[in-house]
Amino acid sequence: MGINVSTENMEKVFERTEGLKKVKTHYCPGCGHGVVHRLTMETVMELGIQDKTIGIAPVGCSVFAYYYMNVDMQQAAHGRACAVATGIKRMLPNHYVFTYQGDGDLAAIGTAETIHACSRGENITIIFINNAIYGMTGGQMAPTTIEGQKTSTSPEGRDYSMDGMPINMSEIVALLPGTVYVERLAVNNPGRVRKTKKAIMKAFKAQELKKGTSFIEVVSNCNTNWKMTPVEANKWIDDVLLKQYPLGVFKDETGIK
Amino acid sequence: MSDYQLMKGNYALAEAAIRANCEGYFAYPITPQSEVGEYMSIHMRKKGRVFLQAESEVAAINMLYGAAGAGFKVMTSSSSPGISLMTEGISYIAGAELPCVIVNVNRGGPGLGTIQPSQGDYFQATKGGGHGDYRLIVLAPSSVQEIADLTYLAFDLAWKYRNPSMILMDGALGQMMEKVKFNPYTEPERDISWATRGKTPDRDTNFITSLWIKPEEMEQVNLRLQAKYREIEENEVRYDAYNIEDAELILVAYGLSARIATKSMQLLRKKGYKVGLIKPITLWPYPYKILSELASNDRVKGFFVTELNSGQMVEDVKLGVNGKKEVGFYGRMGGMIYSPEEIVENILPFCEKIGIKGD
Ligand SMILES: Cc1ncc(C[n+]2csc(CCOP(=O)(O)OP(=O)(O)O)c2C)c(N)n1
Repeated sequence: MGINVSTENMEKVFERTEGLKKVKTHYCPGCGHGVVHRLTMETVMELGIQDKTIGIAPVGCSVFAYYYMNVDMQQAAHGRACAVATGIKRMLPNHYVFTYQGDGDLAAIGTAETIHACSRGENITIIFINNAIYGMTGGQMAPTTIEGQKTSTSPEGRDYSMDGMPINMSEIVALLPGTVYVERLAVNNPGRVRKTKKAIMKAFKAQELKKGTSFIEVVSNCNTNWKMTPVEANKWIDDVLLKQYPLGVFKDETGIK
Repeated sequence: MSDYQLMKGNYALAEAAIRANCEGYFAYPITPQSEVGEYMSIHMRKKGRVFLQAESEVAAINMLYGAAGAGFKVMTSSSSPGISLMTEGISYIAGAELPCVIVNVNRGGPGLGTIQPSQGDYFQATKGGGHGDYRLIVLAPSSVQEIADLTYLAFDLAWKYRNPSMILMDGALGQMMEKVKFNPYTEPERDISWATRGKTPDRDTNFITSLWIKPEEMEQVNLRLQAKYREIEENEVRYDAYNIEDAELILVAYGLSARIATKSMQLLRKKGYKVGLIKPITLWPYPYKILSELASNDRVKGFFVTELNSGQMVEDVKLGVNGKKEVGFYGRMGGMIYSPEEIVENILPFCEKIGIKGD
């Protein structure tokens, strides 16, 4: 039975954003990095700031972000993205500068750079992908790994008495006077993806106000290293991970609706 | 009014950087170079330029990386332990081919060490320090005037070759006051087409990276870097030579040591020893050629190296001499400085050994 579908009078509701280059990505199917890449670059294009945006790629799974994002970018040493962003933003105060970092990058090796960029109130946007594991190096324990979570370096599950406890970065940086906007979001269902987009948009707009650092934490998945299917991984976020990392706005002094 | 002023080495360095149109300075305080940052904090912001005290040397060098990547003329300064913390960043900067100036006002080590003058960081500066096959252009002033002149040169060479350059000096040079004249600075033309200033419709994105995951690509990058290093070796070797026309013994020393060695040379000349001095100004690229030429000269019987370390540059002198003549060495460490007489005392037995006589 043939159905003739004419696209003539159809409204286009979704298309490739010019903010992303036309290349295949190396991310695992089901991984949240691709979603957040897209949201970030949609934001840049909608704001019309492609010519004024500089991104910082971290060390971690998103080290190649500059192959995908259609803006000028610098790759930073492991953990140093916030320092690199500071250097750029200080020289180019009217440009838009964002870092894109994993939890190992931002909350382990780069804790000092993160805290100090936020405490100086660097007028940048920090996009923090918290997947509770070191993805790129093959699934080792991260500072954000939760109790009992099995990783390749906590094979019996993280034991807080031996391995220490997780760092809740959003809660911490919200305490610093230098931050103007801190929100934790997730991308494990469509509604949350839309919310995350709004948050990223606000974080970029906040740079115009020059009032401080915006910090967007996105709880994401690493189905490969969690050894789950993408569906299981997204469900585990709801059932388990968000208990340690509650979603919500921790600070918003932007005045932006 | 005379063009000359009396100025501390560290201040002269900062002033020269400002005159060389340094647009951003990022650093973390450490003795014996803290005056550089203090001077910059006063004068950079007044001129509408960027001064930022970082939370660590790790952050400072990465701020420098970011600012240099955006195509700005930038500098940091530190001292030995701080430079060690920067080496990861320096390797990234070299790998990403970013121009910038890094100042190391050397102190005695290893570890936290002393704050007194030393030349113990020669290996670190000239042989890498950080990981990978990279080179820094390393300039070694030996007076406050040279600090000012070589600061201009450090910026110019960094930009000419898109390579970090280092000014390597010791605590005494940073702290001593001498007369200095700031020569007019001419800004060379600067290409920043590679920099991250925001993608315009007429070009693809610029990205700054040192990551080339495919070995074939990484090898090509390395080959390009090495070709650049050969070009620098070809064009940028600088040294001063004194009394080498009739010399039978060649002293080799740089920086503060070269000043002391100059006096030792004069003392030895008074005793009738025919002594000359080679003072490398670029520690990389190293002046191997002049050493090799002198080593091939029948008149020259030997070389004697003095350094404020356990004998680091002496290895480069031996490379230049290539076994053709004897190479002697005298050094002190940990912030101790030798006197010209002390050097002479240690040279005389060497002269005897290689058969050089005075009056
Ligand atoms: C100085 C340094 N130490 C360690 C590494 C190895 N390394 C690469 S990625 C990574 C972890 C990244 O994890 P995360 O930041 O959580 O990002 P993800 O890969 O999960 O997206 C580590 C430890 C490195 N590249 N550099």
